[in-house]
Amino acid sequence: MSNTRESTSTEHVSTADLAQHDGSGAAASLPSQPRRRRGAGWALRAEIALLAGPAVIVFLAFVIFPVVMAAYYGFFRWAGYGPPTDFVGLQNYVVILTDPAFLAALGHNAFIVVASIVIQGPIAILLALLLNRKMKGQSIIRVLIFVPYVISEVVVGTGWSLMLATNGALNGFLHNVGLGSWAHDWLSDPNIAIWTLMGILTWKYVGFAVILFLAGLQGIPEELYEAAALDGASFWQIQRRITLPLLGPTLRIWAFLSIIGALQLFDLVYIIWGQYVASTAGTSTMATYMVANGRNAGNYGYGNAVAVVIFLISMIVALIYQRFVLRRDTAGAVTTAKKSGRTKGRRGAAATERTA
Amino acid sequence: MTALTVSSRSSRRAARKSLPWGSPAVYFIALIVIALMIVPIAYIIIGGFRTNSQITVDPAGFPNPWNPANYLEVLTGGVFWGQVLNSTITALVTTVGAVGLGLMASYVLARYPFRGSGALYALFAAGLMFPITVAITPLYIVVRNLGLMNSLAGVIIPQIAFALPTTIIILVPFLRAIPDEIQEAAFIDGCSRIGFFFRMVLRLSLPGVITVGILAFIGSWNSYLLPLFILNDQATFTLPLGVQAFSSQYATDTSKVLAFTSLSMIPALIFFSLFERRIVGGLTGAVKG
Repeated sequence: MSNTRESTSTEHVSTADLAQHDGSGAAASLPSQPRRRRGAGWALRAEIALLAGPAVIVFLAFVIFPVVMAAYYGFFRWAGYGPPTDFVGLQNYVVILTDPAFLAALGHNAFIVVASIVIQGPIAILLALLLNRKMKGQSIIRVLIFVPYVISEVVVGTGWSLMLATNGALNGFLHNVGLGSWAHDWLSDPNIAIWTLMGILTWKYVGFAVILFLAGLQGIPEELYEAAALDGASFWQIQRRITLPLLGPTLRIWAFLSIIGALQLFDLVYIIWGQYVASTAGTSTMATYMVANGRNAGNYGYGNAVAVVIFLISMIVALIYQRFVLRRDTAGAVTTAKKSGRTKGRRGAAATERTA
Repeated sequence: MTALTVSSRSSRRAARKSLPWGSPAVYFIALIVIALMIVPIAYIIIGGFRTNSQITVDPAGFPNPWNPANYLEVLTGGVFWGQVLNSTITALVTTVGAVGLGLMASYVLARYPFRGSGALYALFAAGLMFPITVAITPLYIVVRNLGLMNSLAGVIIPQIAFALPTTIIILVPFLRAIPDEIQEAAFIDGCSRIGFFFRMVLRLSLPGVITVGILAFIGSWNSYLLPLFILNDQATFTLPLGVQAFSSQYATDTSKVLAFTSLSMIPALIFFSLFERRIVGGLTGAVKG
C-alpha cells in the first residue's frame, strides 16, 4: 500500500503514514517508514490547512470566540457600546444567583428536564415498539409522527397560542362536546401553564424520540428474538428482557439530547408567552430570562453573565451525565478527545457487553 | 458507515416475522397518535379559510363557507414573498457553506493522518456543547462589530459556524467508510489527494452530504433566535420573524394570521416530504455516530 503511494506523485504521504491512521484497519499493518522526506510534509500541511482552515476559522470566530468573550463581558456593567470599562467583578453573578426571577426560571428548566424525559420517554418507547414491525403504511405513519418536529418553533408557537387562547379552538371544542367545565385558561393560569408547555413540547419532539428508538430497535439482532421465542418468552418478556436493555445506548443518548435541549429552551416559550408573561405564567426559562434582562434591557454585561451561567449549568449536567450514564456507551465528545477511531466498534461492543 | 449498516439492518428487519399482536389495534393507536399530531397543523391550515366572525362564533368549527380571501391577500402582498426570498437565500447559502466547509474539514479529519487530528475532531465535537442560545449575546456583539447587522450575511455566517459540528460528526464516518482500495487505485492512476477529493469523495459521500445539507437547510429555515437578534429591519426579515411580526401586527385578525402561518410552513413541509427518508436516516446516523 505504501509502495503504491510512493510510486505516484504524492510523495508527501510517507510522513503522514508515520502518524496514526485510525480510520481503517488496513493501515495498521503498515511497515514503519523511515523519515526520508521531512520537507515533503509541507505539501501535506498546506493541504490540511487549505481544507480544514476555513472551517476552523469560521468555527473559532463565531462559536468559540463569542463564548470566551461572554466570560469576559460578564464581569462588566456594560450597555453594549464601546469597550466595557465599568468592571464590577462578580457582581453580575451575585445578582443572577440571588435574583428570584432567575431561580424561578432555573426551577422551570429543571422541571422541564425531568418532565420531558418522564413524559416523552415512555410514550416514545411504546410507539416505537408498536411501529417496529413490517406492516402496510408504516412509512407514512412514521412521517406523520415526525411532521411536528420539522415545523418551525414560530409556526408551532403561533398556532398553539391561538388554539389555546381563552376563546380559542380547544376551549371551543370542549364546549361543543359538552365538556365546557374542562375549559381552562391554558396559557396564563400559573397552575396549568407549565403543563401546557410540556404538552406542546411533547407534541413537537416526541416524533424525534420515536424515530431514534426505531433506528435503535433495528440494530437489535434478529437471532435474540428468535431464541427468546423458542424458549417460550412472551411478547412483554421479550420487550423487557431483550429490547429495553439493548435499546439502552439509544435511550441514554436521546435523554442526553433531551436534557441539553430542555436546559436551552427558548423559542417556544418566548413566542407563546413573550418575555413578560412567561415569568407570571411560570414558564420562564433561563434563556428567556437572559434575553429579557440582557439584550432587551440593554444590559449586555449582565446578559453575558447569564449566558455563562447557563453554559456552566449545561456543561456540569452534561459532564455528570457523561461520567455516570453515558460512560459505558460512548467516549464522549467532551470528556475524551480521541473517540473518532472507535466509533465503529463501540455500539457492537456495548451491545454484546449488555447481553452477557 | 452509517449508510452501509442502515441498509443491511433494514434488510434484516424486513425478514422479521411480526410478533403476535392484533394488527387492527396497532393501526387504531397509530391513528389516534397521528390525529393528535396532525390536528393542530390542520387547525392552522383550515383556520386560514375561515373568516374572523366564523372564528368568533365557533372557535373550533370548520369553514362555512370556505373563504380563500386571507390566503389570496397574503399571497398577493409583497411582504410574504420578500420573506420567502430572504429565508431561501439564507437557507441556501447556509447549506452550501456548512456542507462545503464541513466536507473539506471532514475529509482532512477522516483521511489525512496527522498529529492533532484527534484534538481537532474533539474541538468540533465540543461545539455541540455550545448551542446558539448560550452564545447569542456575545455573538450579537461580534456580528455588530463586523458591521453585519440587518444583513443576511450576519445570520448566514454564524449559522454556518454552528452547523459545522453536526456536519462534521455525521460526515467523518461517511468519508472513513470509503474503501482504501479506491483511494489507492486513484493514486496509481495519478490522482492527487485533492483530485481524489473532488472526483471521488464528493460522489461517494453523496448520501451523507445530502443528509447534512438537509439538516442545515431546515435548521436555517426554522431558526428564530439568531435572526431575532441580528435582523431588526422589516425588509430583511426571514419567515419565522415575519410570522411573529405579522401575528402581532394583525393580532385581532386571527384568520389572516393563520393563513400567513400555514403558508410559511408549506415550504418546510414540501422539503421534508421530498427528503423524508434522508432526514430520518440522517438524524439516526447523527446520534448513533
